[in-house]
Amino acid sequence: MSSDHVGNRAGSDAELVLRTQALESLLVEKGLITTDVIDAVVRTYEQDVGPLNGAKVVARAWVDAAYRQRLLTDGTAAVVELGFSGAQGADIVVLENTPSVHNVVVCTLCSCYPWPVLGLPPTWYKSYAYRSRVVREPRTVLGEFGLELPETIEVRVWDSNSDIRYMVLPERPAGTEHLSEQDLIPLVTRDAMIGTAVVHSQV
Amino acid sequence: MNGIHDMGGMHGFGPVEREKNEPVFHHDWEGRAFAIRVATPVPIPGGSRHNIESMDPLHYLQSSYYEKWLHARVKGLIDSGVLTLDELQAREALYRERPDAPMPRREEPERVQKVLADLRAHRSPRRDVNARPQYDVGDPVRALNPHPPGHTRLPRYIRGRRGVVVRFYGFQDVQDAQPPGVAVEPQAVYAVRFLASELWGDDAQANSTVCIDMWESYLEPLEEQGE
Repeated sequence: MSSDHVGNRAGSDAELVLRTQALESLLVEKGLITTDVIDAVVRTYEQDVGPLNGAKVVARAWVDAAYRQRLLTDGTAAVVELGFSGAQGADIVVLENTPSVHNVVVCTLCSCYPWPVLGLPPTWYKSYAYRSRVVREPRTVLGEFGLELPETIEVRVWDSNSDIRYMVLPERPAGTEHLSEQDLIPLVTRDAMIGTAVVHSQV
Repeated sequence: MNGIHDMGGMHGFGPVEREKNEPVFHHDWEGRAFAIRVATPVPIPGGSRHNIESMDPLHYLQSSYYEKWLHARVKGLIDSGVLTLDELQAREALYRERPDAPMPRREEPERVQKVLADLRAHRSPRRDVNARPQYDVGDPVRALNPHPPGHTRLPRYIRGRRGVVVRFYGFQDVQDAQPPGVAVEPQAVYAVRFLASELWGDDAQANSTVCIDMWESYLEPLEEQGE
């Protein structure tokens, strides 16, 4: 049977468990992957590569004007400075929110996302609702996230369809001038770096 | 291809639903399928994205993200000759009948280090090319209106629309499917900004725009007409 018969309907949870188990066992037997490689990759994306990385980048940019400039000029190199690089982040472009422009990122064709700084995408980012709607009615979608922006601010949606991976640099909230870089990090949320939220002065 | 995956602008999918404190993976199989996809060193004929985009539309819509990945990887591994569907189904039958049957195990710490290093490695998509970009930042352009049956990165809602070049991203490999034996040189890639009113007419929302990355062959020059 050819690969055309792999299936054309969604599987039940039990079927997906079985298929994955069968696939893993065959690939391990054939030496194409190892059990500990699978364990390590899962652990890496569950524990090490997540939005805390991006939050560190943002906090550094807020306290260090020279870093901020490097980040906006060459995002990839600037995040490498903090130790973040790799798959789905070979060319990172950082989009700066300003008093007149609010950026928000989507991938309408699949779900491209800057893994090294934000980790793997949340389910809503991959949802058909988000992918279909945010380019057409961004203000309505942002409103559903609790973000109402005045019409004086341009909402700029970035559809991530090439190998460029976008991350938003949110505005530093007022009232945080006294906070250190370390204290700023927990304020920076994943959604603020996608652009469906802004950063507030308190968590 | 004009597939179900090309969703920008569609109606009917309801509100964006969010899950509080969402785990990275909801099921163990998702994490393992993810790892198999990113760490199996087998080239997939036609590419994994094409395998997802050519899923039956109903199957696509009913499948979760990681289920699509699993489907595309299985199809790709069969197409590349690494395994057969019969083999896979026989193994599924084994674990269905004997859920406690042991999983084969293999451990190679050196391979773990190599895979993790590969996942952290930096491979720029920008190519060194002895060519000049056709457009400058600020140039008005129009997206062409092709309807290729194979993979393309030019979504329907952008085709035929007028925008302005806002960024230049160097020269990158073309991702669109090509006829067999045809090789295409890397092309200039730009971010192009489109006004919402150009994309959605009177239904556009106030003061909003879409920026999207465009390979040079997606574009034609446009006489300055004002916005």
